[in-house]
Amino acid sequence: MGQDVELLDVSMRFGEVYAARDINVHIQAGEFFSFLGPSGCGKTTLLRLISGFMDPSEGQIKIGGKDMRGIGSNNRPTAMIFQNLALFPLMTVEENIGFGLEVRHVSKAKRTKKVEELIELVDLYGTGGRMVSELSGGQKQRVAIARALAVNPAVLLLDEPLSALDLRLRNHMRAELRNIQRRTDVTFIYITHDQTEALTMSDRVGVMSIGKVEQVAEPDVIYNTPKTAFVASFVGETNIIQGDIIRIDGDYALLKTAWGSFFCKNPQHITKGETATIFIRPETVFLAEESTAENVLACRTKTISFEGAYAVVTLTTEQDQLFTMRLNNDGSVPKLQEGEQIKVRFSRKNAFVLKNGGTPIA
Amino acid sequence: MKSKSIFKFMIGLYLVLFFAYMFLPLIFMTIIAFNANDIPQITPWKGFTLMWFGELAKDDQMWSALWNSFIVAFSVVAISVPIGLGGALLLTRLQFKARNFVYGVLVSPILTPGIILGISTFLFWDSYMDIPGGLWTAIIGQSTFISSYCMLLIMSRAQRFDLTQEEAAFDLGATHRQVFWKITLPFLKPALISSMALAFMQSFDNYNTTLFAIGVEQTLPIYIGTKLRSFISPAMNALAVIFIILTVFGAIAYEYRRRREMIKAAVKIPPEPAAQVLGM
Amino acid sequence: MRDFWNTALRDLGKIGIAYISVTVGVWVVFMIIIPQLIMFDYSLRPMLPLRELGGPKDVWTLKNYLVFFTNRLHMAIFFKTIWSSLIVTLVALSICYPIAFYLAKVARGAKVGLLMLGLIIPYWINELLRLFAWQIILADMGILNQLLIFLGIIADPINFRMGNGAVILGMTYAYILFMVFPIYNVMESLDKNQLDAARDLGASWPRIHYKIVMPHAKPGIAVGCTMTFMLAAGTVAAPQLLGSPSSFWFTQVINTNFECANWNLGAAYATVLMLLCVVFMFMMLKLFKVGLKELTQ
Repeated sequence: MGQDVELLDVSMRFGEVYAARDINVHIQAGEFFSFLGPSGCGKTTLLRLISGFMDPSEGQIKIGGKDMRGIGSNNRPTAMIFQNLALFPLMTVEENIGFGLEVRHVSKAKRTKKVEELIELVDLYGTGGRMVSELSGGQKQRVAIARALAVNPAVLLLDEPLSALDLRLRNHMRAELRNIQRRTDVTFIYITHDQTEALTMSDRVGVMSIGKVEQVAEPDVIYNTPKTAFVASFVGETNIIQGDIIRIDGDYALLKTAWGSFFCKNPQHITKGETATIFIRPETVFLAEESTAENVLACRTKTISFEGAYAVVTLTTEQDQLFTMRLNNDGSVPKLQEGEQIKVRFSRKNAFVLKNGGTPIA
Repeated sequence: MKSKSIFKFMIGLYLVLFFAYMFLPLIFMTIIAFNANDIPQITPWKGFTLMWFGELAKDDQMWSALWNSFIVAFSVVAISVPIGLGGALLLTRLQFKARNFVYGVLVSPILTPGIILGISTFLFWDSYMDIPGGLWTAIIGQSTFISSYCMLLIMSRAQRFDLTQEEAAFDLGATHRQVFWKITLPFLKPALISSMALAFMQSFDNYNTTLFAIGVEQTLPIYIGTKLRSFISPAMNALAVIFIILTVFGAIAYEYRRRREMIKAAVKIPPEPAAQVLGM
Repeated sequence: MRDFWNTALRDLGKIGIAYISVTVGVWVVFMIIIPQLIMFDYSLRPMLPLRELGGPKDVWTLKNYLVFFTNRLHMAIFFKTIWSSLIVTLVALSICYPIAFYLAKVARGAKVGLLMLGLIIPYWINELLRLFAWQIILADMGILNQLLIFLGIIADPINFRMGNGAVILGMTYAYILFMVFPIYNVMESLDKNQLDAARDLGASWPRIHYKIVMPHAKPGIAVGCTMTFMLAAGTVAAPQLLGSPSSFWFTQVINTNFECANWNLGAAYATVLMLLCVVFMFMMLKLFKVGLKELTQ
């Protein structure tokens, strides 16, 4: 059974540099939780702190309610799947999987039984006697997963284990991981820089920028209502324009930008007169009808790439800046020519304004 | 095209000359061992004989020197490999400011003339420990620099060790002792075996350090040195032939093992380069 | 410092740290440093009869070094040792550089293994026996004299062992392979594409070597030179087996001092030899602009 993991004011300092700063996250027992962020944001540090390879400079880590300070990685109820998998090259598949049991002095008979169960769970039939070097990439992943699960961890830590696989295998393994997590009910903490991976697999996602957790929420909440400029720009594609707030209208604000004036959601309740950034997802942009008056933008098509279910249209505004639109292929879209002068619109419900973040927009 | 073939010919000639230079003296030495002439020369050829081997076998001094050589060589292996392992772990596993300085100190015995090591070891044990020169001082003197060789050899492999394997083992619940015996040591095993072989051979062949450290005892090289300085008998050629045969077998076995490992390692771990095993 | 210990403890455990401390500690303190210091201490004290040891005369003095610097014969022998070792080093370098390059970058497949074997075998054969081979060749009735007489070049055998030539020849033969392997080692890591690219751009072979191969091989060349020089300057065996009785070498002078039981003077001479090798090593480092770390990699 999984256990919950609490990070309380956790900071990790290397010399003068903070790899993680004031992290507060409560990961529920049995949850599939992902930390999503660009490389160097401190997510691997966080994982190593939870697994016990290091102790935090400040703050507390609790697993199952128990303070973990001073407890080494070999005595924590966690198991880690390393980015490079760290399989033992001089051992067979069975020996790899059974390693955690062997060092705990589990009897040979029990060990064999458990290893067989796991081989079945991760679908590795018939490879038990092979050396790990003889396995394919996907098989190696499975060995790593089985090896980690063999010690009945309450928390499984995964450090971008799929990054070395090709796309097709990666998709397959995502589903598999999700499946294994549901069946075993272990708490999964997953680290990735790949937003699709985080959004598709996780119950909740924590988005990280340099050493900080920017937002913790369900995947759809992260995507639809990002809390900070960093989250908005890092998760999903988005169009960005800066402007000054000239009017507040309840939950909405009117901004004056170089491209014109636009209404949008104002979740942070930014006050009038401030400069802020508007985020508009490409799939919320449509061709404007004659009658539309609000949030209309005149531009010229630059490139059109048809991808079957939708077409991605790159536009240039009158100021010669880029703007992207994603049109669903629902049969009602007229055929566009490159260089055509068109007008597009977006709903005030689908655009939002956020404070200019201190973090760089990726 | 033509200049290329001339170039190739030149290289070939160079190699032939070089290897002739390397091997002809050894071949002469071998032939002489079978010449029934009292003076160790090819000419005059007085007929094929194995008598020099018999003469060598009758020499009690040789046998006792050989026995001493074995004692010394095995002791040197027993001392140098553990020390070399300690040094290698220190330099590859710990990060500290004085690392480069410590490294310099630990390899300095290799760059020190052998006689200096022999003299200093002898003086230290004789005058401060009251142990006169003998097999023990020879063992210590040799181990001083052979440990450095073992350390370099083990380091070259330890540097390629993927530390996450140890982390993975810890993470799965292993203790330090289990990690060392089940993960680290098996990985280092080839280097440890190579360093044992290297230490043995270095010790068995050592002359300069031993000469000054050993006092009145004799190892095989000291015995050879004494013989060659006084009365030269073809029995020494017979001894040389035995050495050469053993070396050839040893070298072939070594090269075979290295290749086999290279083939095995093509899938995973690169082997240590031959030259590292041979010295540096 | 606390971080260092925590990491060490976490990575290696108490037993691991204890093991490293004991092995390296004993090695450094009792095998490397103290014996050297004691040799140095010896060199600074006068030779005294047993009963005067620790007495008023047993004080530090530079007398032993003065003996060396005022003895013209010993100084001459010392300089002979230096220049002969330099010759050996230079000859070994010029002979071995092409071999190392050929082995590392030109030869391929089974040939490499065979050539490697051809280098390993003589390298592994005892130094004394390699010198013995030359003792036979250069003897009065030896192979070389016989050959020269047979060819009619000389009428009477030459005494090759009269001067210093035989010793230098023997040293070159015995230590030449200490030059091959370090250079081979670094050359092997040179990316062959660099050579192809340079060749492709029209560079001549001498230029490629001067501009690409040699700069890359610098650490190996420095190691090879240091090792060869040190071995040549420090060999007792070569002069013992090939030198003429009338012409001594520096290591023999040291040896004689010990045989005459003047350990203090012997220690002083040994210290001088030690300093010579250290100075040469640092000159090599400076000349090739490499660090001590690279030197032994």
